[in-house]
Amino acid sequence: MRAFSYHRAATPAAAIAAAGSTTAYVAGGTTLIDLVKLDVLRPARLIDVNGAGSAAITARADGGLRVGALVRNSDLARHPLVREKYPVLAEAILSGASPQLRNMATTGGNLMQRTRCTYYRDGISPCNKREPGSGCAAWEGIHRSHAVLGGSEACIATHPSDMCVALAALAATISLQGRAGRRTLPFDAFHLLPGATPEKEHALLPGELITAVTLPAPAKGERSWYLKLRDRESYEFALASAAVVLRLQGRRIASCRIALGGVGTKPWRAHEAEAVLTGAVPAEALFRHAAEAALQSARPRPGNAFKVELARRVLVRVLALLVEGQPSVRQI
Amino acid sequence: MKGNKVAIKLKINGALRRCVVEPQAVLLDVVREQLELFGTKKGCDHGQCGACTLLVNGRRIVSCLTLAVMHDGAEVTTIEGLEQNGQLHPVQTAFLECDAFQCGGCTSGQIMSAVGLLGEPVGPDDNAVAQAMSGNLCRCGAYQNIVAAVQQARARRG
Repeated sequence: MRAFSYHRAATPAAAIAAAGSTTAYVAGGTTLIDLVKLDVLRPARLIDVNGAGSAAITARADGGLRVGALVRNSDLARHPLVREKYPVLAEAILSGASPQLRNMATTGGNLMQRTRCTYYRDGISPCNKREPGSGCAAWEGIHRSHAVLGGSEACIATHPSDMCVALAALAATISLQGRAGRRTLPFDAFHLLPGATPEKEHALLPGELITAVTLPAPAKGERSWYLKLRDRESYEFALASAAVVLRLQGRRIASCRIALGGVGTKPWRAHEAEAVLTGAVPAEALFRHAAEAALQSARPRPGNAFKVELARRVLVRVLALLVEGQPSVRQI
Repeated sequence: MKGNKVAIKLKINGALRRCVVEPQAVLLDVVREQLELFGTKKGCDHGQCGACTLLVNGRRIVSCLTLAVMHDGAEVTTIEGLEQNGQLHPVQTAFLECDAFQCGGCTSGQIMSAVGLLGEPVGPDDNAVAQAMSGNLCRCGAYQNIVAAVQQARARRG
């Protein structure tokens, strides 16, 4: 592995003061160390933020939950309040990675997870994300796992996170701290579409550090679920997944928020599907109509066209499950 | 300290060890090459196979994707630390009794992963165990017996 220097920060302010154009923050390391070994990322200096922030999960007075950026994925998924009030989040986390990686990976780090696009990771193929202006090998190459939503000719790399899909459906808020002070961002504003600049993946300012993720209080009677379809039953990235947060009132869907995973260049909030469902009486035909709306803007390539229908079906399935009742989170 | 090297302390298998490591040295390489504990195996070196699984402060992690400098003061348990007073750990016994390995390349990682699993809220059925062990690949395909061994260790623990 390429050499770098190491700095352990004791507070967020110290971490931010140490940050520069050739530094990288490290917490769990599961993405960063992997990509440094592959020589895809080449930081000159790592700033260890494990001692520089919160690893606490705190219930808020308004009924919401504040999750410190350093909370490990496994601790978040197993927290009683998360399992009870946000089953979609627990299920999404437990359907991703492996137990070992979930013990290491942090909440903040998961937001910064990099794509699994093999052309990005191989270090030599044309890749606008790794080397702006070099082209996109996936466009004409093997792109079975690539995105059908939110792509551009410059990049069709899929956002790999399960957790982020749940956070998009939960309409979480991200707390940031930087040189200019603190601010919050709605979850959907954090990740960027690739457009002509796929190397810019998020709205962070230089040196800015994720300090927490806040989940809004669930509405009374709210149900939520995450379902992930993939080539293996465990320890595999999504081909298509859906996160749904839904509330019924009488016979109707009073409100719902939907996000799709495995098919987008970012965790994909499906506002069009939400509009179809809100106020309507649940029925298979309605779910299908909503799923069509969610995928209306899909622009598949030849090798990933199957994902359009797969994503529709996974969304229909989650909606049907949630109308029946709240499924229980897996025990692992 | 010469160059960028960093002095750290690790409580490894109960004994305090001091090492001087390069910042980019992953825990796996320090355990093997500096501490000369060769039971922890390097498989893929990218967090995909689980062969390098060990326990840090009681939790199972893959030691190839974490820097040794990040674990200054931590308690590390490797396969060499499982045996107590000449007695194998119940998971080791179960792996022997259930014939849960063939070539053995993945076995120390499997066993360390199973020891970590014992402290986790994993459901009672075989499917939950299979999912909870899915971070450890076995190219020989001994999966059925690995699940049986984990179940046996859990049953004996009560």
